[in-house]
Amino acid sequence: MAEIRNYTLNFGPQHPAAHGVLRLVLELDGEVVARADPHVGLLHRGTEKLAEHKTYMQALPYFDRLDYVSILPNEHAFCLAVEALREIEVPERAQYIRVMFDEISRILNHLLWLGAHAMDVGAMTMFLYTFRDRELLMDAYEAASGARLHANYYRPGGVNRDLPDTMPKYQPSKWHSEADLEEMNAWRQGSLVDFIEAFTDYFPDRVDEYETLLTDNRIWKQRTVGIGEIPAERALQLGFTGPMLRGSGVEWDLRRKQPYAVYDRMDFQVPVGTNGDSYDRYLVRIEEMRQSVRIIRQCVDWLRANPGPVRTSDYKVMPPPRAEMKQSMEALIHHFKLFSEGFHVPPGETYRTVEHPKGEFGVYLISDGANKPYRMKIRAAGFPHMAAMDEMTRGHMLADVVTVMGTMDVVFGEIDR
Amino acid sequence: MDLPVWIADYALPVAWITVQIVALVAPLMLAVAYLTVVERKLIGYMQLRVGPNRVGPRGWLQPIADGLKLLLKESIFPTQANKGVYIVAPLLSIGPALLAWAVIPFGPTYQTPFGEVTPVIAEVDVSLLFLLAVTSFGIYGVIMAGWAANSKYAIIGSMRAGAQMISYEIAMGFALIGVIMAANTLNIGEIVVAQSGGFWHWYFLPLLPLFVVFFISGVAETNRLPFDVSEGESEIVAGFHVEYAGMTFALFFLAEYANMILVSILTALLFLGGWHPPLPVAPFTWIPGPVWLLLKTALFLFFFLWFRATFPRFRYDQIMRLGWKVFIPVTLVWITVIGVANLTPLRAVFH
Repeated sequence: MAEIRNYTLNFGPQHPAAHGVLRLVLELDGEVVARADPHVGLLHRGTEKLAEHKTYMQALPYFDRLDYVSILPNEHAFCLAVEALREIEVPERAQYIRVMFDEISRILNHLLWLGAHAMDVGAMTMFLYTFRDRELLMDAYEAASGARLHANYYRPGGVNRDLPDTMPKYQPSKWHSEADLEEMNAWRQGSLVDFIEAFTDYFPDRVDEYETLLTDNRIWKQRTVGIGEIPAERALQLGFTGPMLRGSGVEWDLRRKQPYAVYDRMDFQVPVGTNGDSYDRYLVRIEEMRQSVRIIRQCVDWLRANPGPVRTSDYKVMPPPRAEMKQSMEALIHHFKLFSEGFHVPPGETYRTVEHPKGEFGVYLISDGANKPYRMKIRAAGFPHMAAMDEMTRGHMLADVVTVMGTMDVVFGEIDR
Repeated sequence: MDLPVWIADYALPVAWITVQIVALVAPLMLAVAYLTVVERKLIGYMQLRVGPNRVGPRGWLQPIADGLKLLLKESIFPTQANKGVYIVAPLLSIGPALLAWAVIPFGPTYQTPFGEVTPVIAEVDVSLLFLLAVTSFGIYGVIMAGWAANSKYAIIGSMRAGAQMISYEIAMGFALIGVIMAANTLNIGEIVVAQSGGFWHWYFLPLLPLFVVFFISGVAETNRLPFDVSEGESEIVAGFHVEYAGMTFALFFLAEYANMILVSILTALLFLGGWHPPLPVAPFTWIPGPVWLLLKTALFLFFFLWFRATFPRFRYDQIMRLGWKVFIPVTLVWITVIGVANLTPLRAVFH
């Protein structure tokens, strides 16, 4: 009799469902996965090493390119670390803006996750629905920072600039009639804060819509309930964080447990699952989107009532206003020093984390007193999740590999760094 | 044998059959081509986008452009492929898909000056049996394609497709047995005639479980979402036809869409009264029968597209479970019900 061997299948890196550039070597026993071996590193860009050769301010944009789906929380972790080492006071308004954009990023991230996950499982339409709403938040990013994706908006010591008073509007063109334009610009008459407020009114209904398509859909349940199940204890051992851990029933949210910025003033709930399967994680993320809307709403109300500075007045770390530079020699020197040499950070080390949409995103920073980090280690949320790929898929079928990959919400920018 | 007899006995019938085949296949191919546009447009609108609108007015020449592109593209043969089987596979796929149309009647028997004319190529008394036999052949194309391509994704896809199509053929066959028992004939035309009268005479009411099973099995049989595991793009890329390109790929594509139309028209014929209008009264009877048939077919085609835009994909073992543990028992029970009903005065319901 011929020898019966398992079937080895290369899942990726060029595969429609392998998120990013994952190469997954699957050993299949028929349709059943006997072993899943993720090969990472195809998107390695050496972010950590690059940061050692750049001033602190120049290192910041690299964080946009780590998890390129939820950009600003990455920057937030880095800013927190630098601010902790240099003991920079961040104006309250800047902290509210950061919290608001962290939550906007959370919705952006979860929307992309929802669309991609549903599409992996076969519900193609979800993807286009979620991208409709992502577009609005991208516009908010753009209005605040000038970029739709790689915002580069937070700074050690605040944010780059205050929220704009006007929103960019659609211009008349061959494709849009006047009536269309009026509708498209309806939200854009006021400031960015008005725009975001309109979004918070609009978005909960859209989440309901997504749920009508999936939550009680029997096929969706058959495909996600009991798939990639991880008990709470095992999830902790594996180093899971974020929705992956909360889906297993562990109420662990850094926004609650180690509040940073102004999260301690926010009223929100932390959803947890019970079974730790893909369906629970789906429900957790859906609920997180609703909670994010609540937080955004609170930030909007506060920001509207409390104008003020958004950058620290310490001109050693934040450039002085341009008008002042025309008058004050000292301001001009500050500006020159900041954009040539950068600022120095006292020797020491720190580890700062944020509750990134995917889990705990941390920056471990060692400074030797120079204008560049001595060493910077990035703790990516997705890496421990990816490492559990084998455990979560073993014994499942080939189609479930795709579900598990979707439920992990992996983005290779941060895993490969 | 002298020439005129030869012409009368052989040449003329062959010519006539050829004319009939062309008259059927040409509009069918056109329908397939435009089904792809309708699909893209319809799903586009369901997904908040506009679909193809660049080629020709409102994108209506898109299928022509697609067809031309596929014709001009090179058909790639993987080095490790078994060339002969690799070429035969798409032919085996498209062949049965077109052959089945030979027994599909498009309207009632018309009285003409030349005698009775039925709009069907082959008036076969066991047309349903013929149909089952021919459509089963389609599996060979899929399995051979997966095997010959010598690709791992392709072989998984074709194994899945083989298992799935055979399983659902059973449920489909049982659903057809119910129809045969109700109508007491294997001739599709006569089955439609047995449903004449208003819509309450149509078989979808007394045979509701079979109707549902038949249509869903039809969706599974054509490997469409939510049963498209054989080409499930997020798992095995394109499944059995992953290595095909150009015209060889187009043949699979044509076969899939021709099969979709076939399943839709069959459902309309067997369960929705074929060419009969919903109410046998004046405004409805003005519309000719074939138009009604096409309208009903379009309804089921719409369902195909609607499913595709709405549902997630089943997992392979769940499809098998649905087929064997739900559909086959349901059809068996209903066949028994029909059998018992046929022995009682209730049989009047079926005629």
